[in-house]
Amino acid sequence: MIEVHVNGQQWLMPPEACLADVVTKLMSEPRGIAVALDGSVITRTDWVRTALHPGARVEVLTAVQGG
Amino acid sequence: MTALDVPTDPLVIAGRTLASRLILGTGGASNLDVLRAALRTSGTALTTVAMRRFDPAAGAGVLDLLRELAIQILPNTAGCRTAAEAVLTARLAREALETDWVKLEVVADDHTLLPEPFELLDAAEQLVDDGFTVLPYTNDDPVLARRLEAVGCAAVMPLGSPIGSGLGIRNPHNIALIVEDAAVPVILDAGIGTASDAALAMELGCDGVLLATAVTRADDPERMAAAMRLAVEGGRLARGAGRVPRRWRAQASSPAGAPWPDAPEHVTRHR
Repeated sequence: MIEVHVNGQQWLMPPEACLADVVTKLMSEPRGIAVALDGSVITRTDWVRTALHPGARVEVLTAVQGG
Repeated sequence: MTALDVPTDPLVIAGRTLASRLILGTGGASNLDVLRAALRTSGTALTTVAMRRFDPAAGAGVLDLLRELAIQILPNTAGCRTAAEAVLTARLAREALETDWVKLEVVADDHTLLPEPFELLDAAEQLVDDGFTVLPYTNDDPVLARRLEAVGCAAVMPLGSPIGSGLGIRNPHNIALIVEDAAVPVILDAGIGTASDAALAMELGCDGVLLATAVTRADDPERMAAAMRLAVEGGRLARGAGRVPRRWRAQASSPAGAPWPDAPEHVTRHR
C-alpha cells in the first residue's frame, strides 16, 4: 500500500490505484466536483489514467454556499 | 420589466444578457428552504457559490437547488490569498461546474477581507489569458478598476464597504469615478446593508449590485430579497430618469407667493 493525502487526510491505497479510485471511495456518483493532484487540475476524463504515487496530494472540491 | 411594468435595459456581461441587475449570493442562508425563497423572490439570474473540499456528509444541496431554479452559477475564489491559489481554485471551479465565469476574490487578511490588489491583478491577467470571464471583487479604487479592465476583465466589482459589514457605500465619489471611467459593467459588490444602499449604488450609475449577507442574514430574508429587488430597479430607473440638481435654498413647486399676498400677517411673518 502507498500513503496519499486526500483533502488533508492520510489514506492508504493500493500501489496500482488511480485518481478515479480515490473519487469512487468518496462518492458513488461524481457530480459537481473537481480534482487536483499535486496542485494541478486533472480533468475528469483523465482520472482513470492518472496514477497515484507515495505522498500524492489529492484535493477534491465542490461548490458550497458562499459569496 | 419592473414591478410596475416600466421597460428597463437589461444587464449584459461578456455578451450574456441577465434578466436581473441584482446578483444574490448564496452565502449565509441558514438552510436551503430559506435560500430558495430568497433567490426566487430576488429575481436574480446569477448567483455565487464558493469552492470547498468535498464533504461526503454534506451532499450536493446548493447545486441541486440552483439547477432547480435555473439560475446561472458564478463560482468565487473566496478564501484565496495569492494569485496562485485563486487561479487553481478558478480552474477547479471551471472543471466542477462547467462554467468559465469566475468571481475573482483575492483577499489580504481575515479581519478586513479587503482585496489584495497586486495578487488580484496578477490572477485576473492569468485567468483572462486562460479564457475565463473574470469578474473581480476589487477595492473602491478607480485606478485599480482601470487596470483590471485593461487586462481584460468582463466587469469590475468594487466594494461599498468590507464584506459582511453592512456599512453601505463609504466612498460614493470613488464609485462614481469608477463608473465614469469604465467601459465594462460596474457591479457594486460587498457592504450593502439595506435597500437604500442598493438604490444608491444604482443611482451612482452602477450596472448591478451583488449582495448576500444583507438578505440571507436579515430577520426575514425573503422580505429583504423583495426589498433589494425593488431597490435595484428603483435606483436604476432613478439614474436613467436624471435627478434634479441639488440646491442650497428652496424652490417652490407651487406657484410663487401666498394665496393672498396683501394680507398683513403674511407680509410680517415672511421676513
